[in-house]
Amino acid sequence: MTKTFTGPDARRPALPASPSRRRRRPAAPRGRFLTAFAFVLPALVLFVLLVLAPILIAAYLSLYRWNGVGPPTNFIGLDNYLRAFRHQIFLGDLRNLLIIVALSLLVQLPISLGLALLLNRKIRGRAFYRVMFFAPYVISEAITAVLFSLILSPESGMANQLLSAFGMEGWPWLSDPDTVMISLFLVITWKYFGFHMIIYMAGLQGIPKELTEAASIDGANPWNVFRHVTLPLLAPTIRISVFLSVIGAIQLFDLVWILTGGGPSHASETLAVTMYDYGFRRTQIGYASAISVLMFLLALVFALGYQRTVMRRDVQGALTTMGGGR
Amino acid sequence: MQSRRSVVAFAAAALLLGACGTGGGGQGQAGQSSAPAGPKKVTFEFWNLATSEPGKSFWANTIAAYQKMHPNVTIKNVAIENDSYKPKLATTVQSGKAPDVYQHWGGGVLKQHVDAGLVRDLTADVGDLIPNLTTAALTAYQFDGKTWGLPADIGMVGFWYNKALFEKAGIQQPPATWTEFIDAVKKLKAAGVTPIALAGKAKWPGHYYWSYLAMRIAGVPGLQQAADNADFTGPDFVAASQRLKELADLQPFQKGFQGADYSTPDGQAATMGNGKAAMELMGQWAPSVQKDSSKKGLGDDLGFFTFPVVEGGKGAATDAFGGGGGFSLGKDAPQEALDFLKFALGPENHRKMVQVGAALPVYKGEEEAVADPLLKQVAQTVAQATAFQLYLDQAYPPAVGQQVNDSVAELINGTKTPQEVVQDITETAKSEME
Repeated sequence: MTKTFTGPDARRPALPASPSRRRRRPAAPRGRFLTAFAFVLPALVLFVLLVLAPILIAAYLSLYRWNGVGPPTNFIGLDNYLRAFRHQIFLGDLRNLLIIVALSLLVQLPISLGLALLLNRKIRGRAFYRVMFFAPYVISEAITAVLFSLILSPESGMANQLLSAFGMEGWPWLSDPDTVMISLFLVITWKYFGFHMIIYMAGLQGIPKELTEAASIDGANPWNVFRHVTLPLLAPTIRISVFLSVIGAIQLFDLVWILTGGGPSHASETLAVTMYDYGFRRTQIGYASAISVLMFLLALVFALGYQRTVMRRDVQGALTTMGGGR
Repeated sequence: MQSRRSVVAFAAAALLLGACGTGGGGQGQAGQSSAPAGPKKVTFEFWNLATSEPGKSFWANTIAAYQKMHPNVTIKNVAIENDSYKPKLATTVQSGKAPDVYQHWGGGVLKQHVDAGLVRDLTADVGDLIPNLTTAALTAYQFDGKTWGLPADIGMVGFWYNKALFEKAGIQQPPATWTEFIDAVKKLKAAGVTPIALAGKAKWPGHYYWSYLAMRIAGVPGLQQAADNADFTGPDFVAASQRLKELADLQPFQKGFQGADYSTPDGQAATMGNGKAAMELMGQWAPSVQKDSSKKGLGDDLGFFTFPVVEGGKGAATDAFGGGGGFSLGKDAPQEALDFLKFALGPENHRKMVQVGAALPVYKGEEEAVADPLLKQVAQTVAQATAFQLYLDQAYPPAVGQQVNDSVAELINGTKTPQEVVQDITETAKSEME
């Protein structure tokens, strides 16, 4: 645990520990530990109350059949979990999660990377484009959803008005089970490509110009410079961006809830939407808690697995490696 | 990313904290500082949904009048907007307490509260009022032979139609039978008119069709029995689902209806109000929502007819389907809360509520007080109803009610067959019976 107090370099790749470095930092005396503890205490209390306790309570409730009125008494063991894995809607959620993740990684992130590369050059109006592309990320997800439910509205919506202005048929943006996921993905992309673009731009700016220049002088064409110099050096940034994208997809809720409510016929439903629907609408709090625990486990397993394998070198020294990195 | 995560975290936390919350209100008998002389001081909470006019002023006046008559009583008026009311009430009852006086819609949710022992049995307390209340109004608050609440408002669902568009399609008078209804839909389509506006995304408007068809084919007692036995697989319910599928197969709904909400732009009410569809199956609030969500509403072109009978069915044309609102008392509410409730919803004060347009009649003969002619027609139809069925998504436990909504939406969208629909509903109903 003391690693959290070792200062800002805790997340950097391990440096060869020199003896002089050791000497400068003797084992923290008891007093300093208490001081640190006092400073951490408020955050710790909040963390326990608002993060740990709800997780544990959810795990507890997930073992009951409970409609939320009075105390839970009907203990059913793991039945809620077994039910989830036989539940068409829950399985559909997992399928939709895969669709969103796949589209995000294959379409959204490459677009963001392309734009980042473009805007990393000295082009006219660069600052303007950066702000414009980042702006959607600043808008809250709920407002984005309301905005797009107006734009994608079947009759008076801007999208179909534009199509009809060009003499085309209106497109069933949100009303066709077969195409609703595509529309949803378009909105997600609109909202988040700017965020990933900014991450990539930050990564690009950390790549020394000398390296790309040297490659060019050595006769590499622009594609080779990108493929063999820029891309490898950008890899840590890409890994982070993929990570955020997947975690975000697991938790996708507000956009879907407002835009489609998960419909039509559950075609665009996500894990969080199902959790909310069963918890607050159907008052099957036990089952909803089981779904929330499964979401938590999914995110946890992915996060730990990803950090320990794909991002191993990026997070060396962080807590999740259990000190194994040092 | 952060915002997305925090909102879900919040939803999850709300779900979880709701469980351990100690409940935010409704703990009656708070101020018991007994004054030396006169009756002791009493404070209680009054939870209601009246955040807009005319209900807001009506309740403010009622509370003021009561407090003037009883200076020792302080009523805390907790008016909460509709969408936040349900979650707030749900969180409060999880703590094992209901508010002193609280508004709700009766049916399955009230039953859950009663089963958990949170609600006061009013059978003896309001015995004097019950004979004067209509059966329709009382349906949602009476079960197991006891009365658990007082009704404040009752209305019904029926077809609201555009007279001009019916005329354009050559339909002389509103259809009285299902065959005539299907015929009217075909005529409207032939005349290039969208026959029906439907909010497919909201799901609950779709469940009205299935419920009415089930009532007309199986009869209200048949529907009641199916609910009691948690078995909707009988031939009457398969037939009801098949009738609805026949209707959906005619594609009578506006374009993109699966994505349409009820009161949004391009929603069901706006489609009706803008004259872009000939009819909608909706409750007594339909005219006002049409007006609010379109440019001007239909005015005199708007008419009302009851759901057609199905030939050979056990239900009558006069059997009505709908709901309203009422009030119950928490188990530990002070005696004064009961007194206030009887004053507020007594025949005299309730008539005022009807006159200002804050509610429809719940007392026999109160229909005269309704000002709006269309609403008067609704009130009269309710008063003369031979049987009354509460909205299924309100009458049944929430899990079953939502399953009905969900399954009917799937039936209309063509993703489930009539057979699958009755099986899905039955499965959920059975699991809730356990």
